[in-house]
Order: sequence, then structure tokens, then C-alpha cells
Amino acid sequence: MSLDKASRGVGRRQLLIGGAVAAVGAAAAVGADRLDLGGDEVLVDAHGRETVRFHGAHQPGIAITPQAHQSLVAVQLDPGTGRDDVRRLLSVLTDDARAMMAGKPALADPEPEFARIPARLTVTFGFGPGLVRIVRGAQDVPAWLGPLPAYPIDRLREEWSGGDLLLQVASDDQVTVAHAVRMLVKDTRSFGTVRWHQAGFRRAYGSEKPGTTMRNLLGQVDGTVNPRPGDASFADVVWRDDDWLAGGTTMVVRRIEMLQDDWDRLDRHGRELSVGRTLDVGAPLTGTREHDEPDFDATTPVGFPVIPEFSHIRRARSDDPTQVMFRRGYNYDLGPRGEMASDAGLIFTCFQRDLEHQYLPIQARLAELDLLNQWTVPIGSAVFAIPPGAAEGEFVGEKMFG
Amino acid sequence: MTRRRWTTVALLAAATFLAACGSTTTQTQTGDEDTSGLEFTDMWVKSADEGMSAAFGTIVNTTDSDITIVSGTSAASTMVELHETVADETGTMVMREKDGGFVIPAGGEYVLAPGANHLMLMDLQTPILAGDEVKFSLDLDDGSSVEFTAPAKDYTGADEQYMPGE
Repeated sequence: MSLDKASRGVGRRQLLIGGAVAAVGAAAAVGADRLDLGGDEVLVDAHGRETVRFHGAHQPGIAITPQAHQSLVAVQLDPGTGRDDVRRLLSVLTDDARAMMAGKPALADPEPEFARIPARLTVTFGFGPGLVRIVRGAQDVPAWLGPLPAYPIDRLREEWSGGDLLLQVASDDQVTVAHAVRMLVKDTRSFGTVRWHQAGFRRAYGSEKPGTTMRNLLGQVDGTVNPRPGDASFADVVWRDDDWLAGGTTMVVRRIEMLQDDWDRLDRHGRELSVGRTLDVGAPLTGTREHDEPDFDATTPVGFPVIPEFSHIRRARSDDPTQVMFRRGYNYDLGPRGEMASDAGLIFTCFQRDLEHQYLPIQARLAELDLLNQWTVPIGSAVFAIPPGAAEGEFVGEKMFG
Repeated sequence: MTRRRWTTVALLAAATFLAACGSTTTQTQTGDEDTSGLEFTDMWVKSADEGMSAAFGTIVNTTDSDITIVSGTSAASTMVELHETVADETGTMVMREKDGGFVIPAGGEYVLAPGANHLMLMDLQTPILAGDEVKFSLDLDDGSSVEFTAPAKDYTGADEQYMPGE
């Protein structure tokens, strides 16, 4: 008691000590939530408390093993929105993201209890051309920041395309995503309206080894050739080094409907030929393991290529080793609709430093010829500039105002 | 042994005395939460176009004496009132000015929250927009004052003109 008094007058330090005590308290709370399974103690919520750092050179939701759930929300800013409005909006959203990612409620959250389980929550922001135009003027909107070229395969719908501000909210817990999205969207409502929302999922946390290549809803192992966060090449593929986007990147979102009922008509061999990979482990048709290098020159006894010219992996493969993107796809499923047993597909997202050089050539080749196009239809499309991460005390995108 | 213990107690007494001095003298300074002994955490103010609004958050007293806030001002409003929400004799929750101000207990905290204690902003001078940083100055009973800044947030509740009934 007396010692306590002796240390008065160092308010800041004392608060820090208080923080340390609180942390011990939290650890104790984890202990209290252990589940007794007849000797096998399981940490019930250890993963739920896991957090990802918000501040840093890059935004948090990209160079990370994809979480199980992700929602993308595109906001359209109200007509007349000005530079100062965007600044206020980004300040509020940054503060929300920082708090919730740390497992703390956003300011004014009427349901603060949700924040206790971040489960690797990340909130990542992207800017569409409209937002950049407001802040920097039309002359400063990069040429690549706008609709992609129109491809003959596209059946794009307005309600899945475009947007001024993107919120990418991901966590291993869907309840967390739901609450975080609600909190963030509430804080956008005096600035704009939601243009679209796309909820996606992968395997639940714990179902597979983290980092396992996802399986899309056509049953294909999808995303084998993909730089991994931490790879030496990752930074070169993804992060920019120019002006206000230094430390940021470019993002493409494509909503791709999968015609599963048509796919059902195709036998297993035909399915594998369309992709060029086996369905069981995702090995190239010339190999046995997922990460075997495909041999595009191998031919069948009658002289046809083992991996057909029209297959997805053949068409996606570039001779230019710098034409690489980093993909982060999620499945979507709206359930049965009418005669369709499912209305489902892929929320394809990818990140690359130079969209024009790394993404457009591959997309153009696939649009021109890819057997898989018979069962996949792009119905939404959007491009965003991903600003760098915010330093402490900064809001996301602050350098754009410089 | 006995002698050593006495020395220790004497030192502690001196430290306590110094801390107490520090506490009273620093409170006469304005605008520095660290030396006033008050820390403002998670403060926010409800956005509003006109009329009234309110500010919330947690006020921490890092000293070992109670600190009493008696009044306040803000750039957004010439009149800031210290309100509490209590049940009247019929059980209806009503807002009223807090008698004697907000007493922040020594080493403790004082929570301002929608539906409970809050700083009421009367007759807004200008709209408070989401993301604005609103400055407040609070007067303490010893004549000193402290300042803090709170960001504005949109909030559907805390409609201070609405009196929740039974």
C-alpha cells in the first residue's frame, strides 16, 4: 500500500504497470476457459484471442495465411463528398480497425463483447478511382485504377462491380467478421452507401493444415502456383515503391460464378483435362504431387499433349517469369436458387505491384482461350489501389493527402 | 532491525508527502492530463447536426486523492453539463445535472456511457461530424482545468432527447 503511494506522480508509468497487470489477468482468463476432456486439456479460445498487428509498412490482410472467412464491402461515396470528408471517414475507420484487430471494441461499439475474439481479424482498405479523384484530383488517378478491359467472357453486373472504398474484413471466426463489418459499415453511412458485399469462405480453421491450397467449389485445388507470404519473391510480386502507394499494392476483385450444374455433366477425366491438374491432390497431369512442375511438352502415346493447350494451367502460364500475381480467393455460396442446386462461385482476388504488366496479360490469355471458361462466368469486377499500412498515429491512406 | 524499519517508513512518508504536493501543484496547470492526475481513455462524442450531443469515455484518476470535475466547456458548445441518468420515484430513467459534479475516485476511474453518466453538450454552435476531433476543457474544484480531445462518431443510441420510459 505504502509502496504504491511512493510511486505516485508517475502517472503514465503507472498506467503501463496497470496494463501489464491486465495482460496477466487476460492470461488467467484463458486458463479459466480450458475445457476438461477427461485429462486432455484443450485451450478452448486460444486461437480466438490471436491478433494480427494493424500498424506496419503494409496493410495487414495480404501477406498472411488466409483466414477462414472474408467479407468484401464496396462503398460508394455520396455525391459531393470532399477531401476533408474522406479524411474524416478514413480516420474513423482506421481507429475502428486498429481497435478491433487488437481485440478491443471500436469506440462507441454498443456490443463490445464481440471484440474479445478477433481470431486473426484483419481489416484492409482499398481505394477505387472515385476516392482517389476526390483526394488527389483526376490527373492523379493512375491509369490502371479503373474498370478492367471488357473481356468477351464477361457477364458483369453493376451490383457486383466498381466501388470507391473497399473494406476487406477477414477472420477465422464468422461471428467476428459479421460484427466487424457491421461496425465499419455503420461508420461509413454518413459518407456513402454500400454498393456491394461479397461474403466468402474457405475451410474452417483447424480443418486442414494452415496454408493448404484451397479447393474451390468445382472441386479443384485452386491456387497452387502462388507466391507465399515470406517467400523471397513475395515482396517483388506485391509491394509497390512509388509515392503515396509505396508499401501498397493493386488489387483486382472478380466475382466468378461457377456453373456447377453444367460441371456435373462432365466426367472426371474431362474435368482434369480442363484444368490440367488432377482433382485429388491437384498434381499436374504430368506429375504426382501438387507442387510438381508441369511438363507442357509431354505427349500421350498418340501424340497429344498430356496437359492440353486449352487447359487452364497451360493458358495461365506465362513465359515471362515476372508476370506473376498473388491470389487470395474465397468461395461463395448463396445456396440453391430455382432449378439450380447451388448459386455459387469464387470471389477471386489478387494483388500485384504492377497490374498492367503482371495481371492484364494473363487475364487476356485466359479470356481468349481456357476450357474452364465454359463453367466459369465473371459476373463482377473491380480494381482498387491498396495504400500502405498506417504508422502509429496515422490513418490509412494519409500519405495520399500529402 | 527496528531502526532500519523506521527509516523505511520515514522515507515512504516523505514520498507520499511529495506525491501529494505534486498532485496539488500540477493540477493548477491546464491541458496536460499527465500532470493533472486525470487520464482520458476511449473518449468519443456523438455526432449531431444541431441541438444537443454528449461525450463518453473513461476518466482515470492516477492520484491518491479524489478529483472533482465541476463544469466544462467545448469548442462545439458553450454549455457543457455534467449529467447522470437515474431512476425517478416512478422508476423512469431521467437525466439530470449531477450534484457536486463528477468525483473521480483516488486511484479509480469514472465511466461515462450512453444511458449513464455523460458530458452533455447543449445548444451546439456548429455541427459535429463523424471523424471531427472535438476539444473539451473541464474545470476542477480547485480552480484548475484539464483538456482532452474526443473523436466524433455516428451513434444511433444516446439520443439525449429521448427519455426511456418504463
